[in-house]
Amino acid sequence: MVVDTTALYGLLALMFQFFNSFAFIVLATVGLAIIFGMMGVINLAHGEFILVGVYGTALVFHAGIPLPVAMIAGVAITVLFGIIVERTIVRHFYDRLLDSMVATWGLALVIGQLLLITFGSSLDSISTPMGNVAYGPYTSSIYRSIFLPVVAVLMLVGLYVLFTRTEFGIKARATIEDPETARAMGIDTDRMYIATFGIGSGLAGLTGALYAPALGSITPDRGSAFLIEAFIAVVVGGPSVIIGTLSAAGLLSVFNAVGSFLAGTFVGQILMLLVAIVALRMLPNGITGYVKDWQQRRRAEE
Amino acid sequence: MSQTTSASVVDRIRGRLEGPNTIGNSKPFWIGFVVVFLAFVAFPLLTDPYTARQSSRYFALSFLGLSLCFVWGYSGILSFGQVAFFGVAAYTFGIIGINFSSATGIGAALIGAVAVGTLFAAILGYFMFYGGVRDVYVTILTLVVALVLHTFMAQTAGSEWAVGDARLGGFNGMTNIPDLTLGIGASGFVIDGIELYYALLFGLLATYLGLRVLVNSRFGMTMVAVREDEERTATFGYDIAFVKLVVFTIGGALAAVGGVFYASWGNYADPSLFGIAFAALPVIWVSIGGRESLLGALGATFVIERLRTSLSGGVGGVLGPEWALVIVGGLLLVVIMFMPAGVAPTLDQLIREQINQRTGQSPSPAATEEASD
Repeated sequence: MVVDTTALYGLLALMFQFFNSFAFIVLATVGLAIIFGMMGVINLAHGEFILVGVYGTALVFHAGIPLPVAMIAGVAITVLFGIIVERTIVRHFYDRLLDSMVATWGLALVIGQLLLITFGSSLDSISTPMGNVAYGPYTSSIYRSIFLPVVAVLMLVGLYVLFTRTEFGIKARATIEDPETARAMGIDTDRMYIATFGIGSGLAGLTGALYAPALGSITPDRGSAFLIEAFIAVVVGGPSVIIGTLSAAGLLSVFNAVGSFLAGTFVGQILMLLVAIVALRMLPNGITGYVKDWQQRRRAEE
Repeated sequence: MSQTTSASVVDRIRGRLEGPNTIGNSKPFWIGFVVVFLAFVAFPLLTDPYTARQSSRYFALSFLGLSLCFVWGYSGILSFGQVAFFGVAAYTFGIIGINFSSATGIGAALIGAVAVGTLFAAILGYFMFYGGVRDVYVTILTLVVALVLHTFMAQTAGSEWAVGDARLGGFNGMTNIPDLTLGIGASGFVIDGIELYYALLFGLLATYLGLRVLVNSRFGMTMVAVREDEERTATFGYDIAFVKLVVFTIGGALAAVGGVFYASWGNYADPSLFGIAFAALPVIWVSIGGRESLLGALGATFVIERLRTSLSGGVGGVLGPEWALVIVGGLLLVVIMFMPAGVAPTLDQLIREQINQRTGQSPSPAATEEASD
């Protein structure tokens, strides 16, 4: 039997494209989703938090430090940065959702512009590690299409365990659910807020560190690309952080990958946006919000 | 004509313009308002043409500020994408105006551009409000729409991206957008320079007064009710989605008018109109000026844009022009943290407290505080 190898290679390329896009959406979203889902604050400076991770990693790497160490440094810098921002700005806005968006937007402008002023219009790019795999007429980057998707999935699993199976996670969720009762039970809610925001920032920093060698040129306007994907995924995913991120990233990257594969990245982007708008029109509370409603209705019927 | 009838006419007009939803409901306020307006009328005669021309730009942007103040301050719809309607109208005006450069054509461009911008807002609003999209999701969706338009317009550099004679031009933008022209036929009265200044000034005056009447009308009360408590307003039988759609569409129309003026002012439109930095500006003006004050939004737009222009020459020879955005962004942060209502409402409250102290009356907190549940 003759196997149509061209079609097979095409299918493989589409699959790698999907993995690539899936990893990008998950990694761009997860920090934002944690901070929004757990604390109810939309961090519009999320893209700039990721940029802090990118810049931290790149600057340390260009100083002659090996890439993995530079990445850890990038994450550490972002966590520190996030905690400073939480203490000075974000903590004033825990019960003022719309104001928190405006304030963090002001912050985003300031950070982006300060990066431009301090480091110029671009940093030298870092070459992507791990090389490429070639098959038929296609090539795919191992780092982007295999390594990053694996990291993305591991990250979601890790977060699931952290927030559902550990004492810290239970305390953090108690703090979000009902701060007064949590305090009465002896939980230091202030510390929980710092820790949750720190984790969100750390995830943003990790995303930045991981994408530092996969961005090509490193410029201070890269933040908005991450922010858009993260926004769309949070909105489509709905209130449940981990399942929401996973399902939204899965849905969106299917359309993104097919569009990109057949007609170029721009069409992929537009297709993804259209899907997001249609999804929102039909499921205003996102995928997980719809599932929750459906479960409640079924329980009520029983 | 007797004095009593003219006084009653003034009272009737003031009755329409004044109400609980606007600040500045006193005689001294209106006297001050007329004085400031007359100062703006005299301004081009007293200053150099460059400054007058820059002021026209601030006026065009003020429509954008008013549109956000209207949808956010009075109905609680925080839209980060007002620039989308502004930019779409600017591009549409360019496309029609370049292809039909006669006076009639440009008149059609004006109407067409405002219509397209308004329709765009109506469609987006329909999708959001009838789909049950609320609160932060509206904010996110509107911003995403603007950013996607940015991405789209930025990649239109090739010659295949043209509508008739109008090249979209990618990052370089669309050039040669004609001036606004009034008239029928091939040529008409061109509105540029000083005429544009006055057209904008009087347009802005009419818009401001019109919005004051609107927000103090029955519909305005409904808008504020939606902002304060959607569910309770729905219980009273109001169609929330419809109210929001109307408000959002009016906001889109205002932004579109600003976009047309802006495009004809600079004869130019480029993708940065949809960019994140430009999209932030209306939010900055309105947050600083006071989201629940139309006049605050107007004033803040003018002052902040003036500040940005003067900062573009650098700050005291120490900091370069690139610091302008840092300073304005920092200003936003400070205001939102320490003066959450914005400058104009805070000032208004201070003045009223002063007056109350002087007349010996105790301020009545019960009147301003929300009834407890």
